[in-house]
Parts: sequence; structure tokens; C-alpha cells
Amino acid sequence: MAIEVNGKTIETDEEGYLVNLADWNEDAAKILAAQDELELTESHWEVINFLREYYDEYQIAPAVRVLTKAIGKKLGPEKGNSKYLYELFPYGPAKQACRFAGLPKPTGCV
Amino acid sequence: MLHTVNKSPFEKNSLETCLRFARQGHTILLYEDGIYAALKGTVFEAKMTATVTNCKIYVLVPDLEARGMRMDNVVAGIQPVDYAGFVDLVVENNPVQAWL
Amino acid sequence: MDEMEGTIKKFLYLNRRAPYGTIYALESLEVVLIGAAFDQDVSLAFIDDGVYQLKKNQDTVKVEMKNFSPTYRALEGYDVEKLYVDKASLEARGLTTEDLVVPVQVLDVAQMTELMAQQDVVLSF
Repeated sequence: MAIEVNGKTIETDEEGYLVNLADWNEDAAKILAAQDELELTESHWEVINFLREYYDEYQIAPAVRVLTKAIGKKLGPEKGNSKYLYELFPYGPAKQACRFAGLPKPTGCV
Repeated sequence: MLHTVNKSPFEKNSLETCLRFARQGHTILLYEDGIYAALKGTVFEAKMTATVTNCKIYVLVPDLEARGMRMDNVVAGIQPVDYAGFVDLVVENNPVQAWL
Repeated sequence: MDEMEGTIKKFLYLNRRAPYGTIYALESLEVVLIGAAFDQDVSLAFIDDGVYQLKKNQDTVKVEMKNFSPTYRALEGYDVEKLYVDKASLEARGLTTEDLVVPVQVLDVAQMTELMAQQDVVLSF
């Protein structure tokens, strides 16, 4: 599978995750979100950028429980809870947001 | 003759057996987990320091770097080699004995 | 929480292999990360070449493998906070805790044996 971003073809796996981390850019994120009929707001970007920073530091995509806790620590308790994160990413904050962020599916996620 | 060792000397006796059979003028190449035998400060340092006076010993730098080490950490006299150099050693030395 | 308490077991992951040469180290780490979802009492022990998994400054660019050493620093976020290193293994390799990517507790042989004896399950890699 593949997506088309600004005239460039970017390869994705069968679940829609980017094959190469380095292919990611903000336009790619918007196109991946559009596939799920989502328009990315400032609040979505906050989580996506957080995930990219987390991956950069630890070389893994965090499990949802770990993400929720870490978001709470960085952005405050009103954002570090499942309700808020599931409203932003209805298919699962770790699973779906990681896909938009160009990261692999979190370890242990089925 | 070229001896290759790709197992850690702490885990397997491949290095020890290799050194038992290596003779003056032979070449030894340490790669993958075998690079741990090349390092200063381990219990193998004295043995390697003694061997390097009789044999040419090489260490594969990409495997060294992958494991957080540099040539600074390697026993004096052991030479660095890259992938191309690895191939040259195999071509130049016959036979090649792999100690697994 | 109280009714769950009876189901918490002590798990020790025992790591004895160097990274990259074999798949054991990475497999162990992945099992630890997945297993962390089950809220058990988890400890990690690094013995023999396992201590090399934690060596600082790993650079895998040229071997074209994923450098997973930064992931050990994520374990704290997964509530995996008990990391133990065998003193003799560290010393035999000319290493100190300063050479490691994460803070660890260094145990002597008697302490390590005691740690193992306390476990419900020991998983060896």
C-alpha cells in the first residue's frame, strides 16, 4: 500500500503505518488522518508531536497506558486521561495517533 | 591461515580454543560478539596482549561501534578492519577457520 | 485493587546475552514491555554478557540494525524500575555503573541468589 503526498509516493504497511519513519512530514499526517475522516487540530498535533519526541528519545512507540501517564505529566491532568485522548483519536490514542505520527504500531498492541 | 571468532569469550570457549590452535603468523579476526575479546580491562586482556605479538589480530569496527565501543577501548596492537577489509582478509588467507 | 492483590506474582527476567550478536536481548526487552501491561512485580537481572546490553554509546548505524539501548530508559515509564546487575560480571568486563545507560543496583553473588529465590517465575534469555 502507499499514499500520495505532494506528488511523492510513500509506502505504508497493510495496516496503514508508514514503512519508513523518515518519509513522514506534516502533510503525510494530514493525509493519514483524512483516511480516518479526521481533521487535525492543535490538540491532535500536541499528541502527535509528543509521540514523535517520545520515539526519538526511547526508540519505541509507548503503550496507551504509558502515553496517557506521560501526557498527563507534560500537558496536565485534563489532557492525561483516556476520555480526552479517545475523543481526539477514536480508534485508540496510541494506535491511531502513532499512525498519524509516522511511527510503528506500539509494542504489544493487537 | 585465518581464524574468525564471532562469540563472546565470556559466553563460549570459542576464543580459548582458537588461541590454543592459532600458530605464529596466523591471522585472527574478531567480529559480532567476538569483539568483546578485543577490549581493554577484561580478564582476557593479558592473553590478547600476548597473542598479538605472534599473530595479527583484527577487530570489525562496525560491530565494535554497535556495542558502544571504539578503537580507544581495544587492546594495543589489535588492528581495525571494515567490511571491505574483512573480505580482503578472507581472500588473502587460506584456509579460513570459523570458531563458532 | 484489593481483590487483584492475590494475583500479583514476582517475575524475574534474567538476561545473559550481549545485544546484536543474537536476538535474545531484543526479544527479552519486547517481552518485558508487553508483559508490563499485566501489572506484575517485575525485576530485570543482567548477568554475564547481559551487562553489555546496557553499555552506553551504542551506535548501530553501520551494522544496519536498530539500536534498542535507549529503550531501557523507557522502562521506568512502564513501572519497571527494578534493574539488577551482577557485580562480578561487570568487573570481569572492566565496566562500572558509569558505563551504563540506566541506573541499576549492583548485587553480589549472595544477593543475586537471594533475588532469584524470591521469584515466582524466572524467565531466562
